Amino acid sequence: MTAKTLFQKVWERHEVVPETPDTPAVLYIDLHLTHEVTSPQAFSVLRERGLKVRRLDRTLATMDHSTPTDTAQIFGGVPIALDSAARQIRQLERNCAEFGVELIGLQDGRRGIVHIIGPELGATQPGKTIVCGDSHTSTHGAFGALAFGIGTTEVGYVLATQCLLQRRPKTLAIEVAGRLGPGVTAKDLVLAIVGRIGVNGGTGHVIEYRGPAIEALSMDERMTICNMTIEAGARAGMVAPDETTFAYLKGRPRAPQGDAWETSVADWRHLRSDAGAVFDRTVHIDAGSVEPMITYGTNPGMVAPVSGRVPERPGDAVFAKSLAYMGLQPGESLRDKPVQVVFIGSCTNARLSDLELAAKVFAGRKVAPGVRALVVPGSQQIKREAEARGLAQVFLDAGAEWRESGCSMCLGMNGDTVDKGSYCVSTSNRNFEGRQGAGARTLLASPATAAAAAVRGRITDPREFIH
Amino acid sequence: MDPITVIRSRTVVMPSTNIDTDQIIPARFLTTTTREGLGAALFADWRYDPAGAPRPDFVLNRPEARGCGILVAGRNIGCGSSREHAPWALLDFGFRAVVSTEIADIFRNNSLKNGLLPVVVDETTHDWLLSHPGVELTIDLPSTTLRLPDGREIEFPIEAFSRYCLMNGVDELGYLLGQSAAIEAYERRAG
Repeated sequence: MTAKTLFQKVWERHEVVPETPDTPAVLYIDLHLTHEVTSPQAFSVLRERGLKVRRLDRTLATMDHSTPTDTAQIFGGVPIALDSAARQIRQLERNCAEFGVELIGLQDGRRGIVHIIGPELGATQPGKTIVCGDSHTSTHGAFGALAFGIGTTEVGYVLATQCLLQRRPKTLAIEVAGRLGPGVTAKDLVLAIVGRIGVNGGTGHVIEYRGPAIEALSMDERMTICNMTIEAGARAGMVAPDETTFAYLKGRPRAPQGDAWETSVADWRHLRSDAGAVFDRTVHIDAGSVEPMITYGTNPGMVAPVSGRVPERPGDAVFAKSLAYMGLQPGESLRDKPVQVVFIGSCTNARLSDLELAAKVFAGRKVAPGVRALVVPGSQQIKREAEARGLAQVFLDAGAEWRESGCSMCLGMNGDTVDKGSYCVSTSNRNFEGRQGAGARTLLASPATAAAAAVRGRITDPREFIH
Repeated sequence: MDPITVIRSRTVVMPSTNIDTDQIIPARFLTTTTREGLGAALFADWRYDPAGAPRPDFVLNRPEARGCGILVAGRNIGCGSSREHAPWALLDFGFRAVVSTEIADIFRNNSLKNGLLPVVVDETTHDWLLSHPGVELTIDLPSTTLRLPDGREIEFPIEAFSRYCLMNGVDELGYLLGQSAAIEAYERRAG
């Protein structure tokens, strides 16, 4: 039998009809997550064509993108400030009620960012195919699932047929040797990877992250890595499931229970690339050489060590335009650059361990004068746990804002935005022009680096606080 | 969707690399629940000043851009967010095809589903197109060629089934619904 990659194994398990030169594969989807922004037009298509949702048991909806993070608007009876956002949220509620789709709604204690609650509920499992009308669906690949973002038309296809038409992508192995150093996080590693292979480096590929540095990561950290796979152009990133994965999932509400748990784990153990499996490409990274990273430009590949400088690329007009937007000079030192906003949140870095890391920096310190720090937990469950463990109090004592869960300032759809020209050190995933608000200047970094920037008011190496 | 065979139009050139879908349509316009009328928000932050007035120096605001149906963009257009609002906005504005050396996966996929033709060309052709804005091109889907004004024909790749659907106005959802026997068999098999 030929050696197979993890991707190949999951793909082959889901071929309803294999691909031919003339037709793509019909690929079965095990779990379809959906949210308020990319689903309304898909439900409209179903309605127009008189179609039903094929598998309600494989479809789960929630609201996160345009959803407020202000407690009063969610629980206090205060109307949602943005009318269009309120309409979109109500539309999702109506669509789910009409079609019978399970909705984790606005006041539900299980609500949160879709890519955080899937794993948290145990719905995300090894070997599953998972899609969502959202590019950061790649997050779920941390469990050895094949998970990727789709457009709204395809959301409609999956609602109606539980299937997609897909051409088999190529495979890219990213082998990460060594161990991350003290104060260096999974976020720094993935920023270094995107910087290395470029924002188009993974186009057309599914990435498998492998090697001792990956195996040593927690599930939260693996999710951070897989989350930003799309920032390198690859739709899906995967990590082979192992004891860390199983320990995370065991006992979660939607994970297999009892005998089914043992059967599932026995099956999941097969989900790893065989020795000798061939990848279309391989990239080697040494984790030990990765430093705390921060972006300086307008795509996530424009990244440098926090202690480094903005590169110089004379004659590159696109690069110059990007730096002009950011208000930075070629060759300028990044360290000590003043910042006005710090955002700790998003599907990349709003899990409990991220908040714990940020709290270590904030503990006993204050947010610097003139800096606004916003901490937005990834889910209501994380919010409760952070409150129970005293993390929320640390943030509040430091002078940071502590919100209800949601996508929030990652993309500013709900009104949580950064002002024009302001610098925001953000734990999110995209530093595109205007991503956090028209004219906003985003500097992507880890929760440690973001918290360090908040208390100093300047770009700071987090290793000054975390040893 | 109407069948597409030949697109003949002048080009608009946007040479920036990595034009992400947040630029094509910023997130604040995504609170819509329909797909109509998004052309007004196309490239909003590049096209309008903070007061909402068109920036005269932006390429889509120039008189010669009027009526152009082909967007020639720098490498890796459409990266980032999966928002299908990006091709919806481009189509609503009047674009029928996007030409680049690389087109990001999800954006390309979304474009094909909506009849916005993604055309990937080699660097030499791309360089020529970038330095000759406004030329009239003919994109011939049956022969998968892009014809330059001097008659040169450049072949471009396109997935076979998508091409078939676009040329014949075939509805992919209809095709998938037609697979229901295979889907049921799979569901019985997979449990």
